[in-house]
Amino acid sequence: MIRRYYAYRYFFLMLLPVVAYFALFHYAPIYGVLMAFQDFRVLKGISGSEFVGMKHFRELFSGLYFVPVLKNTLIINAYKLLFGFPAPIVLALLINEVMRPAFKRIVQTISYLPHFLSWIVLSGIVIEALSPSRGPINIALMELGMKPVFFLADTDWFRTVLVSTAVWKNVGFSAIIYLAAIAGISGDMYEAAEVDGIGRLQKMYYITLPSIAPVIVIMLILTSGSIINDDFDQIFNLINANVSSVGDVISTYTYSEGIAKMNYSYAAAVGLFKNVAALVAVLSANFIARRFSDNTIL
Amino acid sequence: MKQRRMSDRLFSLVVYALLTGLALTIVLPMMQVLTISVSPLNVVNRYGFHFIPTAFDFSGYRQVFHKETIWTGYQNTLVRTILGTGITIVMTFLGAYPLSKRQLPNRAFWTGFVVLTMFFSGGLIPSYMLVKNIGLMNTVWSLVLPGAVSAFMLLIVRNFIAALPESLEESAKIDGANDLYILWKIVVPLSMPILATVALYAAVDHWNAWFDSMLYIQNEKKQVLQLILRKIIIDGTADPSTTGAADSMNAPTNSQAMKMAALVVTMLPIMCVYPFLQKYFVKGTLLGSVKG
Repeated sequence: MIRRYYAYRYFFLMLLPVVAYFALFHYAPIYGVLMAFQDFRVLKGISGSEFVGMKHFRELFSGLYFVPVLKNTLIINAYKLLFGFPAPIVLALLINEVMRPAFKRIVQTISYLPHFLSWIVLSGIVIEALSPSRGPINIALMELGMKPVFFLADTDWFRTVLVSTAVWKNVGFSAIIYLAAIAGISGDMYEAAEVDGIGRLQKMYYITLPSIAPVIVIMLILTSGSIINDDFDQIFNLINANVSSVGDVISTYTYSEGIAKMNYSYAAAVGLFKNVAALVAVLSANFIARRFSDNTIL
Repeated sequence: MKQRRMSDRLFSLVVYALLTGLALTIVLPMMQVLTISVSPLNVVNRYGFHFIPTAFDFSGYRQVFHKETIWTGYQNTLVRTILGTGITIVMTFLGAYPLSKRQLPNRAFWTGFVVLTMFFSGGLIPSYMLVKNIGLMNTVWSLVLPGAVSAFMLLIVRNFIAALPESLEESAKIDGANDLYILWKIVVPLSMPILATVALYAAVDHWNAWFDSMLYIQNEKKQVLQLILRKIIIDGTADPSTTGAADSMNAPTNSQAMKMAALVVTMLPIMCVYPFLQKYFVKGTLLGSVKG
């Protein structure tokens, strides 16, 4: 064995910094998770802090604060899946029906734009676009004789804003994979359908959609793991005190408890709970994927 | 038959209308940001739509360019993007090449060592403690090292290299080339397309990153552009705890033009570049989705 390693010594020399990187920046924090079972003190470190077992996890579920946050996370993510998952499929189907290449290219290029911008830039744009005094939506409402809506400060509207802006940001870029799948469909079927005098809507429904069904199933299984992982960048930049009751999610809660209030152990427990839940989600999704198709992620 | 053609035409109309609608939801807010950024106060405050400028006043941009933090932010973002992207390419390749060798001893173990990190992580607090403990706080290294290698990207590059024809390396070996020569003259040039994709993704991520800068950098002069922008447009309002809502409560002052100018200054580089690079990004997503 040693001889084989010696024969490949230069390859391991290459691999060494990468292994060191993963050990330090990925495995060391996994070891650091121990602080979730301690009353961690910065000066004492992990080795010196006192172990308190499941104390913080009990607090998580008996305390007043975490359960509403978990509920918000699940609700917001469920809506994001419900609308965000079909949206790029619909967009891909629509783009596929466009016969003018120039129009197609322009729409696609525009639709990618939000994907390349940070949530800080996007939140600036969203705040301006939803502004009660200048936002075009509210201007339109007022033109129609209605009262302006404080979208970002209204608990009835805030989740809608989160879901719709998330869909808006991602729909264009996520459609790429479906467009690629559509491009792979053989033209014969469409020709046969043409001979039978079938309309375009029917072609889309009876040929295109079933042909990309396998891709849809795989994407659904892959994204279903994201039910517990919320979008910190988006929510942190759009949330405010008026709507934190409906918008505070696990990652923003972890940040405010751990970094702002320095409850390190408690926040680490919140993070650990989320990571375990995410792992379970991914593994079960992969298990389902293995049952139903050859395409797995593991 | 004629009726069918009518329904097809109606269908076409609906398709074009929906797509134009989607494009407008992106274009109109952008035009509003641009318009407000160049408008004088009385136009900003005027009731009505603000999609096209009616009067020009560049004081917003003057205010932005007088802020020192905008310049330091730009510089810090550039530094982290170049340095971070460089480190990412080198490290990703260093990991991917050995792992692409089928005969590598315990290849499955070493691959697993990398892949495992895709499925479980310590989370925010332990990572924060780590960066603090190893003394990276307030340095550019806290921005470029923790996320230097993505296990997912590494796997994609590994698969790409593994799929290169082996005969190329073998014939070079027969011609007497040593391993280093093969690596540098054959493997690296052939891997360029995939490494370029990795670089593009890393560069965009670095350009847009801000949370690490907020966590690890206390000195405002060392903070990245995105965070400076966040301070201007979100925290810059009367009460930081009400962020977006504060904008809604207060009557807009001309600081609005300045905010929008800062927004334009931050997003302009990406907006100018991405249309020309989009085909590489498209290729990148497809590589990621077709897993071997």
